[in-house]
Amino acid sequence: MELNLSSEDAAFRDEVRTFIAENYPQEMRVPNPETDLTKEQSLFWHRILHKKGWIAPLWPKEYGGPGWSVMQRFLFEQETSRAGTLPPLAFSVTMVGPVIYTFGNEAQKKKFLPRILSGEDWWCQGYSEPGSGSDLATVRTKAVRDGDHYIVNGHKTWTTLAQHADWIFCLVRTDPNAKPQSGISFLLIDMKSPGVTVRPIITIDGSHEVNDVFLENVRVPVENLVGEENKGWTYAKFLLGNERTSMAGVGRSTRYIGRLKQIVKAEIPADDPAHLEFLRDIARIELDVLALEATELRVVAQMARGIDPGPAASLFKIRGTEIFQDITELTHRAIGNYGLAIREHPVSANRFMPGPDYGHTASEKYLNARKLSIYGGSNEIQRNIIAKAVLGL
Amino acid sequence: MDIQFTEEQELLRSSVQRLLREQYDFEARRKIVASEEGFSRKQWDAFAELGLLAAPFSESAGGLGGGPLSTMIVMHEFGRHLVVEPFVETVVLAGGLIEQMGTPEQQQSFIPAIVDGSKIWALAWTEKASRFDFANVTTKARREGNDYVLTGAKTMVIAAPWADYLIVSARTSGDDRESGGVSLFVVDRRASGIDLQSFKTIDGRRAAELGLREVRGRLLGAEGEGVAALEACRDRAIGALCAEAVGAIGELNSATLEYSKTRKQFGTPIGSFQVLQHRMVDMFIAHQEALSLMQHLSLSLSTGDSALSRLASGAKSKIGYAGKFVAEQAVQLHGGMGMTDELNVGHYFKRISSINIQFGDPAFHVLRYAQLDAAA
Repeated sequence: MELNLSSEDAAFRDEVRTFIAENYPQEMRVPNPETDLTKEQSLFWHRILHKKGWIAPLWPKEYGGPGWSVMQRFLFEQETSRAGTLPPLAFSVTMVGPVIYTFGNEAQKKKFLPRILSGEDWWCQGYSEPGSGSDLATVRTKAVRDGDHYIVNGHKTWTTLAQHADWIFCLVRTDPNAKPQSGISFLLIDMKSPGVTVRPIITIDGSHEVNDVFLENVRVPVENLVGEENKGWTYAKFLLGNERTSMAGVGRSTRYIGRLKQIVKAEIPADDPAHLEFLRDIARIELDVLALEATELRVVAQMARGIDPGPAASLFKIRGTEIFQDITELTHRAIGNYGLAIREHPVSANRFMPGPDYGHTASEKYLNARKLSIYGGSNEIQRNIIAKAVLGL
Repeated sequence: MDIQFTEEQELLRSSVQRLLREQYDFEARRKIVASEEGFSRKQWDAFAELGLLAAPFSESAGGLGGGPLSTMIVMHEFGRHLVVEPFVETVVLAGGLIEQMGTPEQQQSFIPAIVDGSKIWALAWTEKASRFDFANVTTKARREGNDYVLTGAKTMVIAAPWADYLIVSARTSGDDRESGGVSLFVVDRRASGIDLQSFKTIDGRRAAELGLREVRGRLLGAEGEGVAALEACRDRAIGALCAEAVGAIGELNSATLEYSKTRKQFGTPIGSFQVLQHRMVDMFIAHQEALSLMQHLSLSLSTGDSALSRLASGAKSKIGYAGKFVAEQAVQLHGGMGMTDELNVGHYFKRISSINIQFGDPAFHVLRYAQLDAAA
């Protein structure tokens, strides 16, 4: 779907498109960028965007953002995801950065923001705990004040790419006697601190994306507290809102549908009745994407007029993730018998993988995509949010 | 209709259950899958000793005469424990084809070595472009004296890296997609001219791509009978795979129900949330229906129903969709834990996903169900 763009916006879109075509690193065009790149490789594009001044579309100009309008931000998001570029690390740029410039003090802004922009610091998110998934307000990781430090003890889990991280932003309990939401603080912890241990969690697709992070008597300077003590819940909610805005994933879904069509064309003869069935299934998903995209454009237009989108993010999260799950499932089905094979992680060039190249990631994508309806607030939780905040139930 | 097991069948079931309970828990399986060979000879010998590898064969062929119902009983338990050893490939696929098509000499020479666990078999019918069509065969076989010589390529041959013998489909006449000219051959897996590239499958097994260059094979059945034989073989395979899927579905439901009672969020077990209760009720219903169809199909396999293939496709489709639904929801309800390699839930998910590919996915079989009705 194309927007009716003003000539300025159209020119901007073309500029972004050209810039990606000319500058996206060849080394990053691998079958599965999320799992196949080293830390260093995955930062190539980040650094290019930083140099260009485009690394943090959301940020205000004074902190290093490009000063784009809502429409420009949307177009940038659309172009980068359509082109299949690896997005800059969300935990750094989309999540902790805005919390720091919104709620942090001057010293924190000065210390952390430039290093987020440059890619020098890699952040991970210390939210979930073994007992606190959907119910985040019950986090038990404790931070006890000891002079100029907090002593932190606890266990964070599902920590994405913590194995690369320099810093972790954590929800910690600073007031054990207050109501769950009122006793939480937002603390920034150096991953090199003594007492921090990262243990890999291997997921069903065989990849290492997430981790357990154990915090044992970790001494954290009080200056790393963001905002006020016991107000962390407010900052966390602010951040989760940012996490979900980009979850419609229309560009990505469109790209994967394009690839699915090629696979179906190559794998299933046109005279096979299954061919028509696949075309029908694909068309249904395309209509899902079209409807979601139209909804997204409507919300963007409203935002551009200054209207608060409310919990639209929940709608995007639900539909975006379910659509992508459908696409990966259909792709896995389209490659037929080759769907039985899976690449071995860590990926190594000398490991044999059968079947045509276009099918090599189908199994792992199908398996990995099951996480989408679980993380970032499960889709059940998102439906609760809409039921409560929109429908008033 | 509810199968009342005979004393013998009950004995078979309880002895498989005991063996797997004692020797095949999830950690034991993990070790087997991670081992160099990827399956356990020791377990295979134990299956032989218990008579599992003999169970479905007729008594005249050296078996115990348990037929498809004994296969159902074994596979249901194997599904519960995610057994990776090649029972389906050796006993159900190859054993079934040899019993159905083999000459008395071939039966006498091959079946006892299956029953005693000394030889493992794999069935090589899939090719690059074959998808789920037995007739789509480009591998060629030409006669040379009493033997045949095979040249071509087979793909995704499950258990081939473990096998001593292969049953290979190859074209003796006709065009690439013609069903009439396909024949079956017994090939020594270590024969010269075989190039085997092995790899792991999503469900922790081993499979291989096979290149065949002037490989000697012996005809199984008559020339041109291959597709019809494979179709009957598929019906039996579906019976076995459906029983395995139902075993896995049952385990997923128990695990999910248990988890929903113990996992607390918002101060209460998540099983108290109505949305999850209804989800689990639907998972329960899916299991009940799958279990019923599994029994219905196995009974029909035993009695040789005339509409057997249609029922087999119907069951494969319906149980396939049930398995997919239950597996996806079991992961969802376990949350992040369901995504981990550490928990068994994801492994059931992967096995069910594999079953749904083997011999045709649920969408393929619902279409076949419709076509077989139109043809009747």
